[in-house]
Amino acid sequence: MSQTENKNIIDGFEPVIGLEVHAQLVTKTKIFCACENKYGAEPNTLTCPVCLGLPGALPVLNMQAVEYAIKMILAIGGEVRQRSIFARKNYFYPDLPKGYQISQFDLPIGEGGVITISADGSEKQLGVTRIHLEDDAGKSLHPEGSGDTYSRIDLNRCGAPLIEIVSEPDMRSPQEAYAYLSKIKQILQYVGVCTGDMEKGHLRCDANISVRPEGQEKFGTKTELKNMNSFKGVERALNFEIARQIQTIKDGGSISQQTLLWNEKKQVAEAMRSKEEANDYRYFPEPDLTPLHVSESWLEEIRESLPELPDARSARFVKEYGIPEYDAGVLTDTHTLADYFEAVAKKINDGKLASNWVMGELSRYANEGAFDFAEPHVAPEDISRVISEVKALKISASFGKQAVKELVVEKKPLSEIDFGGNQMISDTGELEALIENVLSSNEENVVRYLAGAEKLIGFFVGQLMKETKGKADPALVNKLLKEKLESRRS
Amino acid sequence: MGVRLVLRITLKENTMIDSQKYKTLTVAQIRAGLLEKEFTAVELAQMGLELAESEGKALNCFITLCTEKALGQAKAVDAKIAAGVELGKLAGVPVALKDNMSYRDYPTTCASHILDGYIPPYDATVVEKLIAADAVIIGKTNMDEFAMGSSNENSYYGPAVNPVNNTCATGGSSGGSAAAVAAGITPLALGSDTGGSVRQPAAFCGVQGMKPTYGAVSRYGLIAFASSLDQIGPFARNSVDLAELLTVISGRDKHDSTSIDFEHPDYAEGIDESPDLMRIGWPGECFGEGVDHEVLESIGELRKNLEEVGHTFVDVSLSQLNAGIACYYVVATAEASSNLARFDGVKYGIREGDDSDLLEMYRKTRGKGFGAEVKRRIMLGTYVLSAGYYDAYYLKGMKVRQVITKELDDVFSKVDVLMTPTTPTPAFCMGDKLQDPLAMYLSDVFTVIANLAGTPGISIPAGRTHSGLPVGAQFLGKRFDDARLLKLAHQAQKLIQ
Repeated sequence: MSQTENKNIIDGFEPVIGLEVHAQLVTKTKIFCACENKYGAEPNTLTCPVCLGLPGALPVLNMQAVEYAIKMILAIGGEVRQRSIFARKNYFYPDLPKGYQISQFDLPIGEGGVITISADGSEKQLGVTRIHLEDDAGKSLHPEGSGDTYSRIDLNRCGAPLIEIVSEPDMRSPQEAYAYLSKIKQILQYVGVCTGDMEKGHLRCDANISVRPEGQEKFGTKTELKNMNSFKGVERALNFEIARQIQTIKDGGSISQQTLLWNEKKQVAEAMRSKEEANDYRYFPEPDLTPLHVSESWLEEIRESLPELPDARSARFVKEYGIPEYDAGVLTDTHTLADYFEAVAKKINDGKLASNWVMGELSRYANEGAFDFAEPHVAPEDISRVISEVKALKISASFGKQAVKELVVEKKPLSEIDFGGNQMISDTGELEALIENVLSSNEENVVRYLAGAEKLIGFFVGQLMKETKGKADPALVNKLLKEKLESRRS
Repeated sequence: MGVRLVLRITLKENTMIDSQKYKTLTVAQIRAGLLEKEFTAVELAQMGLELAESEGKALNCFITLCTEKALGQAKAVDAKIAAGVELGKLAGVPVALKDNMSYRDYPTTCASHILDGYIPPYDATVVEKLIAADAVIIGKTNMDEFAMGSSNENSYYGPAVNPVNNTCATGGSSGGSAAAVAAGITPLALGSDTGGSVRQPAAFCGVQGMKPTYGAVSRYGLIAFASSLDQIGPFARNSVDLAELLTVISGRDKHDSTSIDFEHPDYAEGIDESPDLMRIGWPGECFGEGVDHEVLESIGELRKNLEEVGHTFVDVSLSQLNAGIACYYVVATAEASSNLARFDGVKYGIREGDDSDLLEMYRKTRGKGFGAEVKRRIMLGTYVLSAGYYDAYYLKGMKVRQVITKELDDVFSKVDVLMTPTTPTPAFCMGDKLQDPLAMYLSDVFTVIANLAGTPGISIPAGRTHSGLPVGAQFLGKRFDDARLLKLAHQAQKLIQ
C-alpha cells in the first residue's frame, strides 16, 4: 500500500473485485451454425439441428465470431493465440440442449490486455486475464402470475456467439468496477462487435468479490455474484456484498465460498440453492472441432481494420480541435457521438464551437430521447449550416437554437428553416432607434437602473429581443443599451 | 423389451427375381440387370423389404423398415431408367442403415429406450449421399445401444442373431447391419466403427467391413458415441461392392469440421488389377496367447497365399497393443459421458418423473432410458473427467493414445500394411460374455488401435472354423491408404476363393 490515503478502505477493509464479462457478438449468424443471430424474434424460430443440439448434429465454427473476438483482444492490447482449443463445459440445464457448452478452457484465443479507467482523477490500469469464445445457452422463461405451471424455453439465443472477458482481481471499489464495465462496453461498441446493451442481455457480468483487512497482501475468501442486469445493478450488488462480507467478519464469522444471485427487486444478494451449484464442469477438449489457427497475415489484416479507440480519439480531439480534455472525453463516449461531433467540427472548421453545440443542444435532445447520435435523423451538415449562420453573425444564437429545435424536435427539413427572414439585426442606427423606444416606454425601470439596479439590463435586452423576435445581435444590443443608459446619467 | 411393428407389404405375384438370386447380386449385377430390364428397382426393393420382414425378423436385424421411402426411391430409379437419365452409382441397390444415423421422418433409436418417439427432422450426410447416388434405403438396423457393445446384446430391441449360427452373437455394435448383409437381405449396409464396431461383426458374420480413415466420411447426422473415434463404414459381401459404397459416402463435408479435404479416388476403379507387391507387417502380439488356434490357422493360410503371389511378410511389434483397450475405455467413455448428456428428457424421447422436480426428472428419465452398459460407460466417462481424476485418467489416456499412434506410425514407416486376426476368437455364443464386460471388451483388442490412431482397417472373411464359424482377417493401413487396403482385400478375397 502506498503512503497516500486509500479511499477504498471501508471500516478497515479493502474490497478486491474481479469481473467476468460476457459480450454477445453481433455476427450475422450463430457461432456454430448458419441460423440468424438476432434478438427479439418469435421464440424458437431461429433454430436448426445444430443449435437445438439434436442427436448427430455437429458444430462448425463461424469465422466472423473469431474475427470479432480478435478485434476486442487487439483493442485492449491482448495477445491472440495462434492456436487455441475449444473445450466442452459439461452441465445439465433445460436451456442447454447439448448438455454442454462449447467454450475454451486452457488454451483460450486471447490472453492479457489492459483496461484504463480514471479513478479519483488519476488513471488506473486494470488487467485482463483472458478472452475466450463460447456459445450462448437458450433462455428459460418462468412466467410469473400467468397461471402457467411450466417453464418455457426459447432456444433462439442458443448458439449465439459470446466472448467472455475475464479480469484480474484488480478492482478495489464498486466504482472502479463500474468504470471498468463502462470502458469495456465503450470499446466493444467502438470496435463494433457488441451492442453493449445490458438490459437485453447482450452484455452480462458476474463478479468475484472478497475483502481483506487493510494492509493485508493475501486475498480473502471470495464469493461469486451473478444475475446483475444493469451497470448500476452491478455497483449496487457489489456494495451490498462488500458490506455483508465486512459485517460478517466483524461479527466474528467467516466468508464461505459460494455463488450469490443478486435480487434487484429486494436489493439483496441471495445464496443459490446448493442443488443449482454445478461444481465440476468436467472440461475436456471438444472433439467435434479442430484446433483454431489464426494466421499472422489475418491478424495483421484485422489489426489494420481496427478503428481509432476512445482514449486515442479523445487525445486527438484535444490536440486537433483545441477542446478541453473533459469535453473530449464526453464527445468520445460513444463512437457515434464522436463521429457526429467530428463531422460538424470539420464542416464548420471550428472545434470549440462544434463541441458547444453538440455537447449543448444536441446532447440535451439526446438525453431527452429526441435525438440519437447512433441513428441521427438530422445530418451533421444541417446542424453545421445553422452553426455557420450563427458564427457568421447572420442569425442570433437564440434563433440558432430555435432552428436546431425545429430540425430536431419538429423534424422540419433544412429548407423550411427561414434563415433569410431571421437575419440578425446588427445595424447600429436601427438598433439605437429600437432601444430609444424600449427605454422611453419603461422610464421607471430606467430610473431604477440608474439608481443601481444594474440587473435590469437583462430586462431591457429581453424587451428588445421581444420587439425584434430575437433577431437583434445580442452583443451589439448589450453595448448600445449600456451606452444609451449611461448617456442618461448626465 | 421394445418391439417395433413392421408394416406388411404385398409382393407382386409374378416377380421376375427369386430370393436366392437376389441374395447373390452384386452392385454391378444390379446395375446390369436394371438396364437390361431383367428386374426393376421396385422389385428389388420389394424383395429386400420382404426379406427384411421375414428372415430379418427372425434375425432381429432391423429396428425399423423404411418401406414408403424405399419404394419411392426405387420408383424414381425405374423412372430414370425409363427416361434414359443417367443413374447414380448405387442405383436401385438396397442398403441398410445402422439405426444411429439420422434419416428424416423415420425413428432413429440408437437401439435405446431413451430415444423412443424421436424422429430426426434432417438427414445425415451419408444418407444424403446414398440418396444422391440413387440407392434404396430399406431399413434401420439393430445395434448395441448407442453403439456400446461387441455383441449386439445391449439393444433395447433385443439381440440380433448371427445368420451363420443362430446361437451365436452377430458381434457389435453394428450387428444388425452385418447380419442383414450376411443373410443377403441387402447387398450393402452402413455401420459405425468406434473401436471395431464394423470390423468385428463383419468377422463374426462372415462379410467384409471397413473402418475408413478418420475424417474420410462425414459424421454429420451420426449420433455420437465417441466423437474422436467414431467413423461410419461400409459392409458388403465383396470388396468391389465395399469400394463402391465407400466411394459414395467419402469426402469432405462442410457440416463436419473433422472431415478432411482430400482427393479420394473411385475406390472400385482398378481394384481388379493386382496391387503393388507389399511389405506386410505381422505383429507378434496378435498371434500369441489368447488367440483361438483355428483363427491362427486361417490367418496363417491366408498369409501363405499372399506370400505366394509375391508379398513379403515382416515381423513387427505392437508393444502397446494391450494398452489400447484401457486407453480406449478412458477416451471413449469420457467423450460418451458428454455426448449422451443431451438425452435428458427435456426435448425429445421419453420423460419420466413429474414436472415439479427437474433433477428427479433427469434421474428417472436417464435411469429408465439407458441400459446397463450405457450407464456403466457414462459413469466411467464422468469419473475419468472429474476434478482430481482428470490428469490420472483422461489426460493419461490421451498421452497413451499418442504413444499408440506414434508406434503405429513408426511401424508403418517399415511396412505398407499390417495383417492381424480381426478378433481373437470367432463369434461367441449369445450370453457368453454378457456378465463379464472385460472379456467382452477384449474382443476389440486388435481393432481399437485403428480408431485411436485414426487409421483405416478392413476385415474380410478368411475361412471358417470346423464348426463353420467365419474367421476374419484384418488389414490395417496408413491414414488415407484406404484404396491400398481395398485392393489388398480384393486380392486376398480372390485367393481365399
